[in-house]
Amino acid sequence: MDDLLREFVTETNESLDVVDVELVRFEQDPNNAKILDNIFRLVHTIKGTCGFLGLPRLEALAHAAETLMGKFRDGAPASTEAVTLILATIDRIKTILESLEREQREPEGGDTDLISSLERMVERVGSAGTHAESQHTVGTLVSQVLERPLRPDENSLDDLERAFRETLADAPVIKPKSAPAPADGAARDDEAAKGANQSIRVTVGTLEQLMTMVSELVLTRNQLLEIVRRHEESEFKTPLQRLSNVTAELQEGVMKTRMQPIGNAWQKLPRVVRDLSNELGKKIELEMQGAETELDRQVLDLIKDPLTHMVRNSADHGLETPEQRRAAGKPEHGQIRLSAYHEGGYIIIQVADDGRGLDTNRIKAKAVAQGLVSEIDAEKLTESQIHKFIFAPGFSTASEVTNVSGRGVGMDVVRNNIDQIGGTIDVKSVAGAGLGFTIKIPLTLAIVAALIVEAAGHRFAIPQLSVVELVRARSGGEHRIERIKDTKVLRLRDKLLPLVGLSHLLGLDKDVGDIDGSFIVVTQVGSQTFGIVVDGVFHTEEIVVKPMSSKLRHIAMFSGNTILGDGAVIMIIDPNGVAQAFGNAVGSQLAASDAAEGGRHADVDEASTSLLVFRAGSTQPKAVPLSLITRLEEIDAQKIELSNGRHMVQYRGHLMPLVSMSEDVRVKGEGSQSLLVFSDGSRSMALIVDEIIDIVEDNLDIQVGSDNPGVLGSAIVRGHATEIIDVGHFLPLAFEDWFRRKEQPVRDRTRTVLLVDDSPFFLNMLTPVLQAAGYQVTAVGSAQEALALLGNGHVFDVAITDIEMPDMDGFQFAEAVRSDPRTTELPIIALSSVISAEAIDRGRRVGFHDYVAKFDRQGLIAALKEQTDVGRAA
Amino acid sequence: MSETADHNLREYVTALIGGQLFGLPILRVQDVFAPERLTRVPLAPPEIAGVLNLRGRIVTLIDMRRRLGLGQRENESPAMAVGVESRGESYGLLIDSVGEVLKLDHMACEPNPSNLDPRLASVSTGIYRLDGQLLMVLDVDRVLDIAVKAAAA
Repeated sequence: MDDLLREFVTETNESLDVVDVELVRFEQDPNNAKILDNIFRLVHTIKGTCGFLGLPRLEALAHAAETLMGKFRDGAPASTEAVTLILATIDRIKTILESLEREQREPEGGDTDLISSLERMVERVGSAGTHAESQHTVGTLVSQVLERPLRPDENSLDDLERAFRETLADAPVIKPKSAPAPADGAARDDEAAKGANQSIRVTVGTLEQLMTMVSELVLTRNQLLEIVRRHEESEFKTPLQRLSNVTAELQEGVMKTRMQPIGNAWQKLPRVVRDLSNELGKKIELEMQGAETELDRQVLDLIKDPLTHMVRNSADHGLETPEQRRAAGKPEHGQIRLSAYHEGGYIIIQVADDGRGLDTNRIKAKAVAQGLVSEIDAEKLTESQIHKFIFAPGFSTASEVTNVSGRGVGMDVVRNNIDQIGGTIDVKSVAGAGLGFTIKIPLTLAIVAALIVEAAGHRFAIPQLSVVELVRARSGGEHRIERIKDTKVLRLRDKLLPLVGLSHLLGLDKDVGDIDGSFIVVTQVGSQTFGIVVDGVFHTEEIVVKPMSSKLRHIAMFSGNTILGDGAVIMIIDPNGVAQAFGNAVGSQLAASDAAEGGRHADVDEASTSLLVFRAGSTQPKAVPLSLITRLEEIDAQKIELSNGRHMVQYRGHLMPLVSMSEDVRVKGEGSQSLLVFSDGSRSMALIVDEIIDIVEDNLDIQVGSDNPGVLGSAIVRGHATEIIDVGHFLPLAFEDWFRRKEQPVRDRTRTVLLVDDSPFFLNMLTPVLQAAGYQVTAVGSAQEALALLGNGHVFDVAITDIEMPDMDGFQFAEAVRSDPRTTELPIIALSSVISAEAIDRGRRVGFHDYVAKFDRQGLIAALKEQTDVGRAA
Repeated sequence: MSETADHNLREYVTALIGGQLFGLPILRVQDVFAPERLTRVPLAPPEIAGVLNLRGRIVTLIDMRRRLGLGQRENESPAMAVGVESRGESYGLLIDSVGEVLKLDHMACEPNPSNLDPRLASVSTGIYRLDGQLLMVLDVDRVLDIAVKAAAA
């Protein structure tokens, strides 16, 4: 009886899901008799089987619902109200089924509330409907069912009925209230027999076991093939070939048993959308394409909830009300489109609506308010970059955000779910025209494509999905590994990519040795890109993922293990784990490379600056802000040529002058020579140094000034007195016109800049930078001086000011400038290491035109260009 | 232990680890195998010798010498492993050599001496005095349990 009951519950649940969908369809298309027939038949079957199993509550409910539907069949109009009532009944039946499954019996309680509502509805519909006599309705209907031919997809239900009939003898016979039911079954005998064996139920455990066995078979086959390969003429060859083919087909077949159409995950959506559209007073069409697309059932389970969530979001927040849509010139009916298709080893699922799209400004404001990005950086982001913030952890979990940000409720959760199954999600939104999500997930979790790599003599698998590219590092080649003390970076197309050695990460060696000629697996996890250094790369292989032993699951570096074709067990690297380890082990390196790339995260650590510490000439360490350096080079000393009394080296097709820091620094005659390369446009010069020591994050506080040209002063860096180098001094030594040539482009006049900063270091550092960018710079050490200049009638195109200054700070300076009618229009760019929302707010009020982080050289140039161009246009 | 009732008899698979004789309840022992193609797992607790493929299952191998604090293996004579199962997972206990199956009277089992190395005491349920040597009875779950703690640390 237990088995019978369980099967009944499963089957009925499936039928009810279909009824859900069909009812929604019927509501939209009330004249479609076919849909109604289908619903009617399903409910009738449920009613019938309930009678057999002695489930009075279910039977009564199903009966009442059936009666109401009978009215529809007789031509009564299907009102929304009536359909809602039937749906409520279906929900009640589901609840009862749940406890039936748990406790093997119907729960206590009655359903008179629903049943009487249903009956009232029957009366109302009956009187409002045609003249059909209601008393005879039920009887007529049943006999109609008897005559109806079955559709092929209904086999499994018939199967169930047949099972009931067969067990009828020993089951407690409850006289069915609807007498025709047994006869109904008997009439279907032929049909049932035909389709009975077309589908069977198998437990997942059985399939898993089968899968394991097949994997084992594949491995054995591979071993056999290996043996036969060594024996040229073997009589095993032909049968083994056959075994091989059969095994491959078997593997494929077993894989197939795990596949289910994605439509199974969509089944509940029409109902969800219908309920929402009623609730919200919106008109919504749900379109589904590619429901037959198959994917692994495990993946299917995991994707179900995120999809429902997204559709809900679209209906709730994305689509406008009919009035709003009319006003926007759109059709009243909003559309939500779901589609799925295969591409490579992945399934692509798209959820799109034609609603209002994301509110870029709100998201931006929220992102800034939550500290996900600084206001200045936010301004530089493209729309699509801003939209991605909806996936940021915690972005919209706060309840108040729901109202503010409008869209994106819980999208971080959705993204998490998708991340977990190794998928990716992308968003595309066009304001006013709609929003679309594209999800890419592997077809199966059990089998993934992986790159097999070697590190310290061990093999590992890296999932292909997170691998961006493979790079071979060679000295002197295009891609070269740079070493900055213990940290390594790769120069890859003008970007510095942080590197980590896999063997180092896994504690397999102490990271010595030659990494030249090693392979770099460029890996991307979320927005983080990094290189994993491995000793060798073998091939790509489809691997069967097996969970880690519970004793090893704590190791974040591995997501699982697998058995390779040759029978060996290897670990599967978890790119997420590596990314995390990156944060700890080489965090400073990351920060450094970020700073070098234009300081997108310049505000991460407000007070500290990335400094490159090196030695040149003396033993005393020297330092220069990393952001000023374009590259670090290590060249063969023999390549250094002497031309016209100056040291040169051929570099990227150009001659690059080398400049010594002082007389003490000698160009080496042999071995390798370390260089700091500074570039501007196509020009580069290099500073010769003896040794690059490290990259450090520290406060840059010049405590002792210097009269020595080329040295700004001394600061304490990591506890050592360190000379801070004045790059501006050396640049003209390489090219005399370094600061002038930029003026060559035709311009009516050179733009003038007033630079205000109390720190001589910044004045000295920024002046050459600005000059290099073609500005005429007047540098002053205080706000008062600057005001004095302005008061004397000096005219500037733009002013750049530090915020933190003694006596009069940047805010006060700006206020003073604004209050003077002569300078009220002067654009002011604020320069600060402290970027807080508060400061930005205040800056806005006092009239800063822009806000730039102190070491964001490119950002400053861009801001300057914008302000002066505006000035010219005006 | 001559005339004892059958229901008092317990069967043990004996194993030699670091010169000491241990007994594993036979009901817990799935098989005995010679480990081949062991894969070391980086960052794993020291007790975990590695993983290997045993007929399509991935088996986690516990180095019993390390687990029991009995020193490193010196001569590289091929080790043996006793296959056990716990919570649906397969483990292999790496031992020096496997001995015979002994039937011992449960009543003859004596409690651990109070001065026993705590590391051994924590995994042993008692001691039998055999002819000429002592046999320590291992509790398989406790042997595997410590590995979890080590892992969590």
